[in-house]
Amino acid sequence: MSRVRIEAVVNGEPVEFLGGTRQSLLDALRDELQLTGTKEGCGTGDCGACSVIVDGRLVCSCLMLAPEADGRTVETIEGLAKNGVMHPLQQQFLEQAALQCGFCTPGFLVAAKALLDRNPDPTESEVRYWLAGNLCRCTGYDKIVRAVMDAAAQMRAAGGAR
Amino acid sequence: MNDATHAANATGLKVVGQRPIRPDGADKVTGRAVFGADVHLPGMLIGRVKRSPHAHARILRIDTSAARALPGVKAVVTSDDFPRVGSEALEQGEGSATLVDVADNCLARGKVLYAGHAVAAVAAVSSEIAERALDLITVEYEVLPHVIDVEAAMAPDAPLLNERLFTAGVTPRPTTPSNIAQKTVVARGDVAKGFAAAEVVHEGRYVTVPVHQGYIEPHACVAWAGADGQHQIWCSSQGHFAVRAMCAKVLGLELRDIRVYPAEIGGGFGGKTTVYLEPVALALSRQCGRPVRMVMSREEVFLASGPTSGGVVEVRLGAMKDGTIVAAEVTLKFQAGAFPGSPVGAGSMAALACYAIEHAVVTGYDVVCNRPKVAAYRAPGAPIAAFGVESAIDELAVILGMDPIDLRIRNAVKPGMKAVYGASFREIAFVETLQAIQAHPQYRAPLGPNQGRGVAAGFWFNIGGESSAAVHVDEDGGATVITSNPDIGGSRASMAMMAAETLGLPIERVRATIADTTAIGFSALTGGSRVTFATGMAVVQAAQRVVQDLKRRAALTWECEADQVEWRDGAAYCTDASKEVAPLSLRDLASRSARTGGPISAEVSLNAQGAGPGFGVHVCDVEVDPETGRTTVLRYTAAQDVGRAIHPAYVEGQLQGGVAQGIGWALNEEYVYDAKGVLQNPGFLDYRMPVASDLPMIDTILIESAPNPRHPYGAKGVGEVPIVPPLAAVANAVQRATGVRMRALPISPPRLLAALDGEG
Repeated sequence: MSRVRIEAVVNGEPVEFLGGTRQSLLDALRDELQLTGTKEGCGTGDCGACSVIVDGRLVCSCLMLAPEADGRTVETIEGLAKNGVMHPLQQQFLEQAALQCGFCTPGFLVAAKALLDRNPDPTESEVRYWLAGNLCRCTGYDKIVRAVMDAAAQMRAAGGAR
Repeated sequence: MNDATHAANATGLKVVGQRPIRPDGADKVTGRAVFGADVHLPGMLIGRVKRSPHAHARILRIDTSAARALPGVKAVVTSDDFPRVGSEALEQGEGSATLVDVADNCLARGKVLYAGHAVAAVAAVSSEIAERALDLITVEYEVLPHVIDVEAAMAPDAPLLNERLFTAGVTPRPTTPSNIAQKTVVARGDVAKGFAAAEVVHEGRYVTVPVHQGYIEPHACVAWAGADGQHQIWCSSQGHFAVRAMCAKVLGLELRDIRVYPAEIGGGFGGKTTVYLEPVALALSRQCGRPVRMVMSREEVFLASGPTSGGVVEVRLGAMKDGTIVAAEVTLKFQAGAFPGSPVGAGSMAALACYAIEHAVVTGYDVVCNRPKVAAYRAPGAPIAAFGVESAIDELAVILGMDPIDLRIRNAVKPGMKAVYGASFREIAFVETLQAIQAHPQYRAPLGPNQGRGVAAGFWFNIGGESSAAVHVDEDGGATVITSNPDIGGSRASMAMMAAETLGLPIERVRATIADTTAIGFSALTGGSRVTFATGMAVVQAAQRVVQDLKRRAALTWECEADQVEWRDGAAYCTDASKEVAPLSLRDLASRSARTGGPISAEVSLNAQGAGPGFGVHVCDVEVDPETGRTTVLRYTAAQDVGRAIHPAYVEGQLQGGVAQGIGWALNEEYVYDAKGVLQNPGFLDYRMPVASDLPMIDTILIESAPNPRHPYGAKGVGEVPIVPPLAAVANAVQRATGVRMRALPISPPRLLAALDGEG
């Protein structure tokens, strides 16, 4: 597989790496940048475990080629906490026991952040439909939905999105 | 809390029953937690498996020479690289299998038994080269007739998977081979007499299809063989001691030669209690001396791992007009997949366990067919049996004109009764659980057009078994709990909480960790809803030993008798009023431990008995769209006899998760095979598990009126019961909404629409 030079901003930091022309962004994040918080559950865009935000848009990184990230801004789970302080979503997931095995959790958190970035006051239905691209087999979604709603409320009370 | 023996009835618990943040939480919300596929070692190779395209075929020849010659390929294995092993039974928790079958499932020998069966594997410097190498391996097959469905496999003229398989459990021993591996019977009383006395007899035939556990993390491991024969494996599993044992036996090694590190596990539900990749990865690594990582694709997960059985459940109930069920006859036919070992035994025992029926017989058949070998799935066998029994009881309630909960209460098992399967029930709260649902507002809430409400009950045994735990006190008075059960749903939290409660410490001062196979004593699998009960018991006993030791050290310091020292709230108090001494906190005692006997720690290994069974009762409201046949779950409440909830939020989570899996099983999940026996939907797009927009909030009621006296804090297993009732609860609700009884799962829109049209 031939490799190309890719320059991108990942979690606020400029990075430069060689990525395969057939390599997914997911594999590049995991294998070239050692950002293994983004998970592969299916490789076909059905489970959302590989969710990342590219130029503000939620994508399945398994469906995007690494070279397509050239010149773009990528946010992964590793960038959600800032300066060692957890995002309200992360805090709410912990307080509400919104994870069991924790494998789908990074994808849910990234997807939920993308939701709250554009809609700081979602209804329960909006949360459920936005997160319908993320599979969780452990929780039945109840506590995840509550955690997202409560994080949104907490962020609104704190004066807007971070 | 120095005397936790009677704590099951204790009040004033400070940590148990609270909802602290789990010890591994931050790692799992920040991406730092290391799962099997996240392990990266220097010089690591990528392993890939070549799989059979045929459902059933004889392997005539495998030629790996071209693959071996490909630059970048470092190792190639087939079953010839495995020693021939015997048919000894293997400990697999709630699954059952023999050694030779586990080995042959990892790499086929002689025959392939399902499309997706592994025939060879390679390790190469990149995944591209590994994939190319797979293409260069040629396998010559003689394709054989195959059989997919359970009753077809039981037919006398069915294609035989194994010419040496004779039905066990029948006398005289059959002389001709069969796909029926075993017949089991659970019985009491005189069924003929019972039915003769019955005023009402109802019978039905109910069918479920195989469903996958559906964990989001595909199987993953890294194996690294040492030049000195000391090997290491990192893997996501439900039990790294079990992985060690299976790898050693499959490869003919000693246990001491393999060290297994538990990676975080991304869901298992029973499906990660066996091995598929680990022995293969280790065999590859032994050929080349480099670490080999193997990760299944989702397609491989569907083709070659899990699922649980599909089954046919025939139920016949005899009752009096007042609702007393006097006789029951149940027949279970379970698919085992390619090798014997369906959960039909457990399903047979669980089938009628909720009810006090005088005359009962449950007959089970374990049947092989050309599908992947089934693996344990959450209360293995019980949901299938309960779908039949709980649907039939619902139909009986309609016939008798009784409230379905009243009918169940009339027949419910109570403390002191003997179960149909033979055990005696002690502290159980099944009746209270039924009453809790009957009293819940959902049970009386008005329903709209095309809406219906269903209820169903469920039972699971729960198990105890062998566990080890250690408690280490730090020099500054903190403590670490070490166990060897992979944490699949928050068990580190409950372990830390029980240790903190026993030591009298705030939870913030206790850490919980999971050790590899060399760092602590043996523990059986994380499965059977056993960890909080059995491993929790080991944790509490280890903490109690630490407390005893701390009291001894305080007595030594005060020059008094140990029985004059009392331990409460994390400190020693002297009860001898003549000694005017200030209490000694754990911190005080830890800081001077060198003067009182050295480091403070204790390790306990035990075999826990008396897990205490669990009962669940669920109520489900649905709405059916008569135009499309789509069923929407509107509202759902699950009540369960949990003994005592150690961390209630994670107990609720077990109920909610089990319900969601059960709803998927009821409404959508199924395997679609083509005429050649090849799976057509090996992916999450077409194997349709519930997503957030498919489900409502799932309300839970934790019944804590019958704490388990054998557990220091009253815990019963909670993880498996919740998947038992939903299949029938949903079907019963659909019947009430539409008038149509769906006796086969899944109740997917096309099937329900066809049934509605048939009725119309």
